[in-house]
Amino acid sequence: MSTGALAMMLITEISITVITGYFFYKVLTTKKHEEPDSFTDNDDKT
Amino acid sequence: MANNEAWGSRVGLILAMAGNAVGLGNFLRFPVQAIQNGGGAFIIPYLVCFLLMGLPLLFVEWSSGRFGGSKGHHSTPFIFDSMDKRKFWKYVGVFGIFTNVAVAAYYCYLESWTLSYVWHSIVGTFDGKTQVEVATYFGDYVSLQDGAGAFSWSPIFFWVICLLLNTWILSKGLSGGVEKAAKIGMPLLLIFGAFLAYKAITIKAGVEGAKFDGVVGLNFLWSPDFSSIWQPKVWLAAAGQVFFTLSLGMGSIQCYASYIRKKDDIALNAMSAGWMNEFVEVVLGSAILIPIAVGYLGIEQVVEMTKSGGLGLGFMTMPFLFEQWGTVMSVVAGLFWFGLLFFAGITSSLAMGTPVMGFLQDEYGWKRKPAAWAFGGIVLLLGLPTVLFFNQGVFDEYDYWAGTVSLVVFALLEIILFAWVFGMDKGWREITNGSDIKVPLFFRFAIKWITPIMLGVLFLASMLLPESDWGTSFSALFSGEGWSFSPDSIIGKIMNKGINAEIANAATSEIADQLRDKKFYINISRLGLLLLWSGIAYLVYHAYKKRIKEGRFTS
Repeated sequence: MSTGALAMMLITEISITVITGYFFYKVLTTKKHEEPDSFTDNDDKT
Repeated sequence: MANNEAWGSRVGLILAMAGNAVGLGNFLRFPVQAIQNGGGAFIIPYLVCFLLMGLPLLFVEWSSGRFGGSKGHHSTPFIFDSMDKRKFWKYVGVFGIFTNVAVAAYYCYLESWTLSYVWHSIVGTFDGKTQVEVATYFGDYVSLQDGAGAFSWSPIFFWVICLLLNTWILSKGLSGGVEKAAKIGMPLLLIFGAFLAYKAITIKAGVEGAKFDGVVGLNFLWSPDFSSIWQPKVWLAAAGQVFFTLSLGMGSIQCYASYIRKKDDIALNAMSAGWMNEFVEVVLGSAILIPIAVGYLGIEQVVEMTKSGGLGLGFMTMPFLFEQWGTVMSVVAGLFWFGLLFFAGITSSLAMGTPVMGFLQDEYGWKRKPAAWAFGGIVLLLGLPTVLFFNQGVFDEYDYWAGTVSLVVFALLEIILFAWVFGMDKGWREITNGSDIKVPLFFRFAIKWITPIMLGVLFLASMLLPESDWGTSFSALFSGEGWSFSPDSIIGKIMNKGINAEIANAATSEIADQLRDKKFYINISRLGLLLLWSGIAYLVYHAYKKRIKEGRFTS
């Protein structure tokens, strides 16, 4: 691969992967809102 | 009120929203757009449009959906109605039902091809076929013919199966159907995509019939032509791609978000779903189709084949290329490729069903199951012309008016409503209320100024698209020669410029007659879509009158 193509691909893909991973990690680790919330799966836990 | 739907979990909601956005275009349209618009440099206008138009519109659609939902509305006519006192906004919201029904009508047919090709990959239909024979098979398939020229029920069978599957999942509800489908479909899509991307990148020249290494295709796709970013057409292509890939302007995001409570986050959810779509599109979407196709066919042939879009390459060529990987791997690759496209498709088509169901449940008190079957029935009726008259251009006509123009019109009007009528003070409160992240203030400015201007330019450019390039066209206009509309512009389409030119240039009178028939079908399709929009508008009017009569709150 040419240097330009490789640089373009790596910068783009790494940036997008890191940003996507960061937001999904935030979703998984953010403290849940108090009940009643919008989701039914956790209703029996409170 | 019959509508007591709810999401099961936050991850399920995000996967469903991401599944709504991830569609066949992520794998078939994005890579083709990239190679046609500057290769690696295309990503610059693409990401700029994502930040300035995609993310702001995601915030607008998620927050207006949650706002409407807090008032008991789950489809855009009455979501919009609740945002301003003027009564005409509910008719703008008609687009949010119309688009979903009309797009589902042809999209489910496209989705059924993927299901059918999964089956044919497993049973070995493509074994031993040449590249031309595989391409001919697809042509026969969409013409409803078998190899011998007789009528084939197979495409209709798979289409009906696909419709039944969609309807059945929808009838199970939001958490029991749509969310479960997303929780199964999205992880499988990622696994299938990662496997195919690995296979594509590791293709070696001279092994299993490959002419070039897989990285030759990657190099071709990512080599930046920086001069392209000064061309208006590249920016239009980037804006269009961002728009369609995020399923903006459809009304389905608002419907999904309307089931979120007022105090719960939407900003982080919108970011997660939006960026997940980008991951699938840019990281996986760029690593499969083009590297495999270039590895076996070479750059020149791929450039030629992608002139008519990615569909041909995806269905007419990939099964033949997979055959080069041996008996077992060809089955696995076919299953994974068409399975991936199927999951991408079904998670989108399910989202198209929910606004219609929401409307019927909210306004007419329908229960979930009858509402789902009503949607299935409408899509069956409206989709039949796209199946029976595919070669007469009905499918393309639905795609253009409902799947392209309608989205831009709807998004332009909804952002005017949100930023300028509902107002940015209230709007910003809606976006940030309950947010689990700090939303940069920049987006407030973007929603009010940049995104509406970009959408306005996108709409005007689509309407006035010239036959030659923009610079030459403006020179011709200012020198008094007038403006020549492209056959692909909205005005050119209305004037039937493309098909009229084809009729005028037809080699024989027989071909001219066939083209006149095609023009007839095209005009009938447009009339049908117009009647559909009007019919939905009448239902909204009827529902509004019913609300008044029952003393129910509207806005």
